[in-house]
Amino acid sequence: MEKLTFKYIGKPIPPYDGFYKVTGTAEYTFDIELPGMLYAKLVTSTVPHARIKKIDFSKALQIPGVVKVVTGKDFPYRVGMYAGDRDLLAIDKVRWVGHPVAAVIAESLEAAEKAIDLVDVEYEELPAVFDPLEALKPDAPLIHEKMEEYRHSPAFNPIPGTNIANKFTLVRGDVEKGFREADVIIEEQFYIPHVSHCYMEVQNVVAHYHLDGTVEIWTSWQNVAPIRQIMALSLGIPHNKIIVRIPYVGGGFGGKAGLGWEALVTILSKEAGYRPVKLVLSRKEQFTVAAVREGFYGFAKAGFRKDGKFIAYDVKFILDAGAYADYTVNVGRAVGYSADGCYEIPNIRVESLTVYTNKIPTTALRGFGYPESHWVLEQIMDRAAKKIGIDPVEIRRINLVKPGISETCTGERLREDAGNPEKVLQTLLEEIEWNTPPEKLREPWKIRSKGLALFVKGPAQPPNAAASAILKFNEDASVDLLIATGNFGQGTITALIQIVAEEFGLPLEKVRVDYIKDTHKSAYTWQTVGSRGLFTDGIAILKAIEDAKRQIFRVASEVLRCPEDHLELVDGEVRVKGKPWMKIPLQDIVMGYTYPNGNSIGGPVIGRGVFMSTHTTYLDPETGQGNPTIFHTFGGAAVEVEIDLLTGEIKVLKVVQALDLGKVINPLLVKQQMNGGSLMGLSIGLYEQIKFDERGWVVNPNFTNYYLIRIKDIPKEVVRKTIETPQSDGPYGARGIGELTMIGIAPAIANAVYRATGVKINQLPMNPENLWKALKEQRPDLFDEALKKFIESKKLAEVRA
Amino acid sequence: MVRKISLTVNGYRKTVEVKDNELLIDVLRDKLKIKGVKAACWRGECGLCTVLLNGEPVKSCLVLAVEVDGSEIVTVEGLSRDGELTPIQKAFIEHGALQCGFCTPAFVLASHQLLLENPNPTEEEIKEKLSGILCRCGTYYEIIEAIKSASKFYQKK
Repeated sequence: MEKLTFKYIGKPIPPYDGFYKVTGTAEYTFDIELPGMLYAKLVTSTVPHARIKKIDFSKALQIPGVVKVVTGKDFPYRVGMYAGDRDLLAIDKVRWVGHPVAAVIAESLEAAEKAIDLVDVEYEELPAVFDPLEALKPDAPLIHEKMEEYRHSPAFNPIPGTNIANKFTLVRGDVEKGFREADVIIEEQFYIPHVSHCYMEVQNVVAHYHLDGTVEIWTSWQNVAPIRQIMALSLGIPHNKIIVRIPYVGGGFGGKAGLGWEALVTILSKEAGYRPVKLVLSRKEQFTVAAVREGFYGFAKAGFRKDGKFIAYDVKFILDAGAYADYTVNVGRAVGYSADGCYEIPNIRVESLTVYTNKIPTTALRGFGYPESHWVLEQIMDRAAKKIGIDPVEIRRINLVKPGISETCTGERLREDAGNPEKVLQTLLEEIEWNTPPEKLREPWKIRSKGLALFVKGPAQPPNAAASAILKFNEDASVDLLIATGNFGQGTITALIQIVAEEFGLPLEKVRVDYIKDTHKSAYTWQTVGSRGLFTDGIAILKAIEDAKRQIFRVASEVLRCPEDHLELVDGEVRVKGKPWMKIPLQDIVMGYTYPNGNSIGGPVIGRGVFMSTHTTYLDPETGQGNPTIFHTFGGAAVEVEIDLLTGEIKVLKVVQALDLGKVINPLLVKQQMNGGSLMGLSIGLYEQIKFDERGWVVNPNFTNYYLIRIKDIPKEVVRKTIETPQSDGPYGARGIGELTMIGIAPAIANAVYRATGVKINQLPMNPENLWKALKEQRPDLFDEALKKFIESKKLAEVRA
Repeated sequence: MVRKISLTVNGYRKTVEVKDNELLIDVLRDKLKIKGVKAACWRGECGLCTVLLNGEPVKSCLVLAVEVDGSEIVTVEGLSRDGELTPIQKAFIEHGALQCGFCTPAFVLASHQLLLENPNPTEEEIKEKLSGILCRCGTYYEIIEAIKSASKFYQKK
């Protein structure tokens, strides 16, 4: 029977590791120092595309404290998760300004820093290409000459001899026929610049290669498993000789997935005479050397009937992946198959190209292609509504998918309990008061407006991405939960602890998850990415609990002399149902039960459980058809904004987020994700852009010139609404949330601006410069009128004075 | 040039040798092994290296070690006394005013000091005092809530 009341599930339990974080005792990789540890610094390329002719590091070696200088020539490994295109240090060619060409290892950071300036690299420059549209031309410089040799995952389709790292295609229905039947056609181009994850803890790694061939790694990363897997495959070290440990992590946002610097620092440790080596990137290197989110173009053509029905969508996405696209090929795939958002579009054609350029490499960032596909689609919906003459809400209602009936653009029929997108939309309307016109302002050059966007997302993962959990009891019936779930701020582990405490009737304090994730000690999980942790690892844990309960009930049934199915676990005791006075405390069973005469039965209880995706498939390489994901979370964002027509400044006054989470396991964690995702969405929507000069140099690699939202910038209000349509195969019906909360913000703001002014902002960020330009170009009349009103009011003020 | 400086850190007197160009953050983290002091930019933009210098929140990456000779420094490790967390630390936990936790020491310190000086701050005052510190996870709303809820304990003092 389903449990109807819960002790911990659905309760606002504070983060389990809060104590360590407020006292400064939480240990991050950043804080780790090992005895005899050396420091590494990277020598990086100063040119965007060149052959390396010579590297002279003789002067660097003369700096006191320098132990060794290592170059890529000696370690020609190719590593990676999906595209397999990455080198550890540039092998023969540099491909972007910032490409590491050598590493200096020294006794102190100071010596290493001094020495990198003394490494002379002689380059033979090659023509470079910075724009993916240019890189697609037949005569463009080729960035990867030996693409066919890379070990890429079977899910991808690189095209050797071009700069295309992955070509994703999806075809469904007949898009030409759809356009012939369309009454309204919208054609638009969209753009999103590169942005940096800006997790506060920079990428940093300690590696210790031992003389016996064992490698110990400490790293600020999201996941232990892929590091070991990729290193084992590329460096040829056996899996069980690679020990990857991740302590507390100062943020990830997708930017610490796949493989980082671990393989490089491992090599450095070996080269330095098997001493531990630490590499810490600087913030500048986070903007110029570490991978960031790709630049993005969307070319969309959409056809609608005059009754509002979306009948044809032809869209091309081009991702500026930079010099290495290891993870971005999968972003290209996800942006492709999420092109239809939460709408039924009978005729659709998608092409998504992940393209190499001579810029910084790129990777996943919170939302993984979905913010990009929705930036395009959700604006198309508003443009079409206006052209047809219906409300933006109406056009969404007409085309919204119906779980149980509708198929997505990959041909996946949505499960009946996938969620309630209609209720999401309704909730947004109520909370933003859609039908109440915004206030008219006393400063008439400023106007207010409301806009909204819907979204849907599932984890972009391989079809066989598994998870597992082990839980073992201690003598006092406390539980150690051994899981590899990443803990980089999302709070999933607190929710997982709640599940264990709930199911065994134990106090929360009796369930412990070690802060260190360890390939040797934690049960395997593929990765904590894509908002999947609670769903996949939660199910594995529920299975482990079931397994442990079976063992407990088997022993208890003998002792209490009653069938196992007559037993229940309540408040840390096994009781006979209906006769609660017939019971045994858990601690008398979990290490085995001992009768008064010493006879003992059972033994230490260890539960194990696994998760494996059901019905997921690779996508057909020609048509993009298949089942890519394990759940879809539906949601929406609505905003009220104030637009200054004179300066182009947008102030967001109110944000509403509504999400169908299936089941809220912990409302405090959900609140954090909804607030935090809203703010990250605002920051990327309004401020953020990595700027490159014409030679490929990043000109704003710091927090002064790359602005992040600060506490003074936050909107007065974020209204958070959750809907609970349980998904029967999720833990308690729950679905993931983490990335979702960022997706709708930018398009909702753009739609609000469009609704009030008719001004289309097709590019991020929506900063005063970009909006002002768009306004002057598209609605000079609005600007002139605003200016007139402004001058009048100033004159009036003068007269009054 | 190397000089000897003395300072009080979290109630303990320390004497260290520092170079003229050495930063306070490096002395605290590398020489005194006080790892609760974090850093994310090393140029005064992120505020994660905030410490209390003679009761004043400062960014320790912008302070030369030689300047603090004879001063008193409090880091997040020195806040709780007698095994008891300060009210602001408790409030940060209860209100979920932390996610990844990397900026938490700086926010806790700055909030604590703010409440000592102004036990009943307005939202605007909180924002002004804390805008020098970055939190990418976006816990700003929860931080404001935590400060407001802890405020009553500082008023009694």
